[in-house]
Amino acid sequence: MKLLYYPGCTLKTSAKNLERSAFAVMDALGHEMVEMKDWNCCGVVASLTDDDLMRHLAPLRNLIHVEDAGENRVVTLCDMCCNTLKQTNLRVKEKPEDLEKLNAFMDEEKDYKGTVKVIHFLEFLRDEVGFDVLKKMVKNPLTGIRIMPYYGCMLLRPREVSIDDAEEPKILAELLITLGAEVIDNPFKIECCGSYHTVEQKELVSKRAHRITSFAVERGSDAIILSCPLCRFNLDVRGKESEKLFKGYKQIPVYYYTQLIAVALGLDLKCCGFDTHAVDPILLLKKKGCLKKE
Amino acid sequence: MKNRLQKNEDIDVLRFEKGGLGQEVEELCGENLFGCYQCGTCSAGCPFIEDMDLAPDDVIRYVVLDRVEVLNSKTIWLCASCYTCAERCPRDINITKIMEALRQIILRKNIDQTSLVKIPENERKIIPQMAFVSLFRKNIG
Repeated sequence: MKLLYYPGCTLKTSAKNLERSAFAVMDALGHEMVEMKDWNCCGVVASLTDDDLMRHLAPLRNLIHVEDAGENRVVTLCDMCCNTLKQTNLRVKEKPEDLEKLNAFMDEEKDYKGTVKVIHFLEFLRDEVGFDVLKKMVKNPLTGIRIMPYYGCMLLRPREVSIDDAEEPKILAELLITLGAEVIDNPFKIECCGSYHTVEQKELVSKRAHRITSFAVERGSDAIILSCPLCRFNLDVRGKESEKLFKGYKQIPVYYYTQLIAVALGLDLKCCGFDTHAVDPILLLKKKGCLKKE
Repeated sequence: MKNRLQKNEDIDVLRFEKGGLGQEVEELCGENLFGCYQCGTCSAGCPFIEDMDLAPDDVIRYVVLDRVEVLNSKTIWLCASCYTCAERCPRDINITKIMEALRQIILRKNIDQTSLVKIPENERKIIPQMAFVSLFRKNIG
């Protein structure tokens, strides 16, 4: 299957490893992911004021380019891009008068017809590849590793654009079971990691990262699995920094779900870019004997 | 209610007619503030409540009571739009949009909350780009 892919700013800069591991997984699954042409920043946060149509322009332009490519769906790896594109898509479908205004504003682009469906890579794995198919391909099961799924905000809320139940999501837990790991549940799995406050109020975000992770550690987690590049930075880097704020606290490694799939499928670890993480992710995998290749 | 809010010269000069603040917020967010029955569900689930000077349900009450000093609140800037309150509100009020409306009232008067020069060089190199874009969108008018 060929799938059109929208990267977004962070996937091309500080989350290259998320992109590379996703491409490697797609390859192994026998599907093809093609980056869309002429994409632009989605704006990251969706417009929340009713009169502000300007902030819908950037996401809408991307949706138009998906239609231009002759596709009716686009896959994203970044949670925030996915959320923003989905919210704009929803808005223009619900309010045709807004779409008319936005279309009129576009200069070189064609009119958006509203045919595009935005999906997250996780949705693709669950609904189209199927976790049962993925399970059959696992070569190095993550046996004996206890992992806490962390969903954050943008995958789940608002409810209209959620990829799973907004209060009790289970998609990452199911994925972990597929890969042979043990799931550690945690009520903080759907709580905000601190998001963009990481720029100006890093101590606040460190405190949040500690709150989320320390509870996981208390429950016996060895690691965290997540999907959002900003959550990864906050829980991993700011979490590591929180060791200075909380005596005796030790941060656990944080993995993207694509990295753990790549490990379980026995793919070349280069695609995972583990060297960019603050807490060494390889050590745990070695300790648990999950790196052997057949 | 005791006034816990810090004075801010920039914001103190903003003037509203009687009931004007509530009206402006409602126009911007499209939510009915008077639907709120102050149950506090939004505040109970808010991940930033410990650092806030006003709880989210207090913010709604302040706006309804036309207490313009709510614009000095730290709360509206701490809200990172995680939508937890909006998801859980039993009255189906989107509090996330109310917070954004209050921010926008200030930002649209050209009163920015973030200065680009203050962000240290070494931090600029490691922080994901999406954090910058969202910060600027939320804090700069």
